[in-house]
Amino acid sequence: MLTTIIAIATLAIIFGLVLGFAAIRFKVEGDPIVDKIDSVLPQTQCGQCTFPGCRPYAEAIAKGEADINQCPPGGEAVINELADLLGVDPKPLNEEHGEHTDKTVVYIDEDICIGCTLCIQACPVDAIVGAAKLMHTVIEDECTGCDLCIPVCPVDCIYIKPVTETISTWKWPLPGSSLNAEKESS
Amino acid sequence: MMSMRLWKIFGGLKLPGFKSMSMSQATQPAPLPKTLTLPLKQHIGIDAEPVVKVGDTVLKGQMIATSGNYVSAPVHAPSSGKVTAIKKHRIPHPSGIETDCIIIETDGEERWVECKEHSNYRQLDAKTLRDIIREAGIVGLGGAGFPSFIKLDAGSSNMIDTLILNGAECEPYITCDAMLMQEQSRKVIDGLNIMRHALQAKHCIIAVEDNKRAAHTMLVNALHDHEAEYIDVIQVPTLYPAGGEKQLIKTLTGKEVPSNGLPINIGVVCHNVATAAATATAVLEGKPLISRYVTITGEGVDHPCNLDVLFGTPFSELINLCGRNSHAEQFIMGGPMMGFEISNDDVPVIKTSNCILVKSENPTPDYIMPCIRCGQCAEVCPAQLLPQQLYWYSRAKNFDKTQDYNLFDCIECGCCSYVCPSHIPLVQYFRFAKTEIWTQEQEKEKSDIARQRHEFRQFRMERKKAENEERKRQKRELLKKVNKEKDNSEDAKKAAIEAAMARVKARREAQHTAQENTDNLTDEQKHLIAEIDSRRKKAKDKS
Repeated sequence: MLTTIIAIATLAIIFGLVLGFAAIRFKVEGDPIVDKIDSVLPQTQCGQCTFPGCRPYAEAIAKGEADINQCPPGGEAVINELADLLGVDPKPLNEEHGEHTDKTVVYIDEDICIGCTLCIQACPVDAIVGAAKLMHTVIEDECTGCDLCIPVCPVDCIYIKPVTETISTWKWPLPGSSLNAEKESS
Repeated sequence: MMSMRLWKIFGGLKLPGFKSMSMSQATQPAPLPKTLTLPLKQHIGIDAEPVVKVGDTVLKGQMIATSGNYVSAPVHAPSSGKVTAIKKHRIPHPSGIETDCIIIETDGEERWVECKEHSNYRQLDAKTLRDIIREAGIVGLGGAGFPSFIKLDAGSSNMIDTLILNGAECEPYITCDAMLMQEQSRKVIDGLNIMRHALQAKHCIIAVEDNKRAAHTMLVNALHDHEAEYIDVIQVPTLYPAGGEKQLIKTLTGKEVPSNGLPINIGVVCHNVATAAATATAVLEGKPLISRYVTITGEGVDHPCNLDVLFGTPFSELINLCGRNSHAEQFIMGGPMMGFEISNDDVPVIKTSNCILVKSENPTPDYIMPCIRCGQCAEVCPAQLLPQQLYWYSRAKNFDKTQDYNLFDCIECGCCSYVCPSHIPLVQYFRFAKTEIWTQEQEKEKSDIARQRHEFRQFRMERKKAENEERKRQKRELLKKVNKEKDNSEDAKKAAIEAAMARVKARREAQHTAQENTDNLTDEQKHLIAEIDSRRKKAKDKS
């Protein structure tokens, strides 16, 4: 009887120590699901989801405070991926947050720009260069198309333009969506 | 010449050749067009940048665009003339997208730029040779257009066993390589020697399909005795796609190029015969790549033939030259299997334009039926893939799965589409999936950059905030210190004032005592003083 109690107690102490050690040694910093969700989001940082950026939105999804259909730039593709990741049913994009459009960038009409730096402060990815009372310009490659710079411009010199397709970004269409496809099989 | 064992490739098709129609006459140079349109991107890699301005006069062979990037190739003026514009123009590409082109109006004088010959190339090291080949703008002329100098770098550890010149030209209709091997066999072998020197390859093979007897004979005859010791001219069975790089390597060496690997990983390098000829021209004559053999064929032209065409010549002029007829409705660059349709013949010949196939439109396109899982596609696939699995997953946009089924080992030869009884355009699906995956990867990269930039911005703002806080705190402290010092100094002042006042008081008191010093006075004087004092007192009391 006593031996049993001692044996069980010893084992309990050993396992307790091992688990306790493991909990400290292999502690996962932060919530790994947030990183996963964040990596799915398009990183436009536009705030259309009502959160101040993609990561806060990812955190809100992880906590269950936000739905997965609040990201217009990501559109259906992101919703499906999130549904896949979180094991929930995909749902259509919530229209309240905006519509999914093709990727755009902005450009500054440099004749009108007065160099107020307001857009520079608004840009979430530092894609606008310039200085006070000097002309500003957008680094198109870095622009995410969040359009946050447009409302702050006092002279309305920022315009949206679609990303032009080049030879290197061109994609073959899905067969059936164009005549080419049918010809191929002939 | 030793006899070599050949290996069989998996799958493949016996296709009708349609080759003799364009081989009936010797290759002629195409007439000089009035305007030449030269796309800045005629190769795989980064676009070249123009180094000439509108209005500049250029000489034949002068470099007009180049790039500092490694994977890139310069572009040269194919003839002398004037640069009239640098603008967007349609190029031969399945998208029909317009890209930047340099437009040259030719003056017909054909004045050459100064050419630097390197007939002593054996004294040059591999790096110098590669630079010459790079500067000459040479890219793979078989169709892919990969800058050739990169494939002439044996690397540090890779030993090159076999250098293969690909003259198989397995696709129907195309005969430009066959004609080149017949007419310029010596140049092809010279080019091979230069490539061999650059790679220090042990053994060289020129592979020719066994339906090109003339080319084979001409090459064998052109070999010098000592060259025959290390160069084999080998006939490979006519089977589509025997000329695919991986398939040819398998046929000749029995080795398979690993998935996601390169031929160089197994000690083999493969170049096209036309690339070799261009290399010989570049090194021995110092002339850059400005023209190529192009097959103009198909039922849409009356006189199919091969022409030696300057880059930038419009397709339409070549088709007219070969007798455009009423069947000319559909234009394909490349062959019927791997080529792509271009909607309009107002496009220039570029470095990768091996063939212009002019056909009539198929009036009744085959109706696409559901897959019946017959498995014929898997039987003919030379890459030993499962086209129907890839088809399902590509159609469902399940791109992870397509990669599990090795989508990227697909060489897009089109055998599966050709045999499919349901006329499913399988290759189209695979091309679609490939470009989708590339786009997704690019977008992922872009979003990663955006995330980094956003995080850095936040970090920067927080740092700025912290710095501001710190500055404010320091200022506050400084203020406090100054105030304290101020307080201290006021005390000192007060003390000094008090001390001064005390000193004054002391002096006064001393004076007063001095006044009271009346001991030595006479009585009269004492009386007088008492009188004055009493008067003073009275006056004081009064006031």
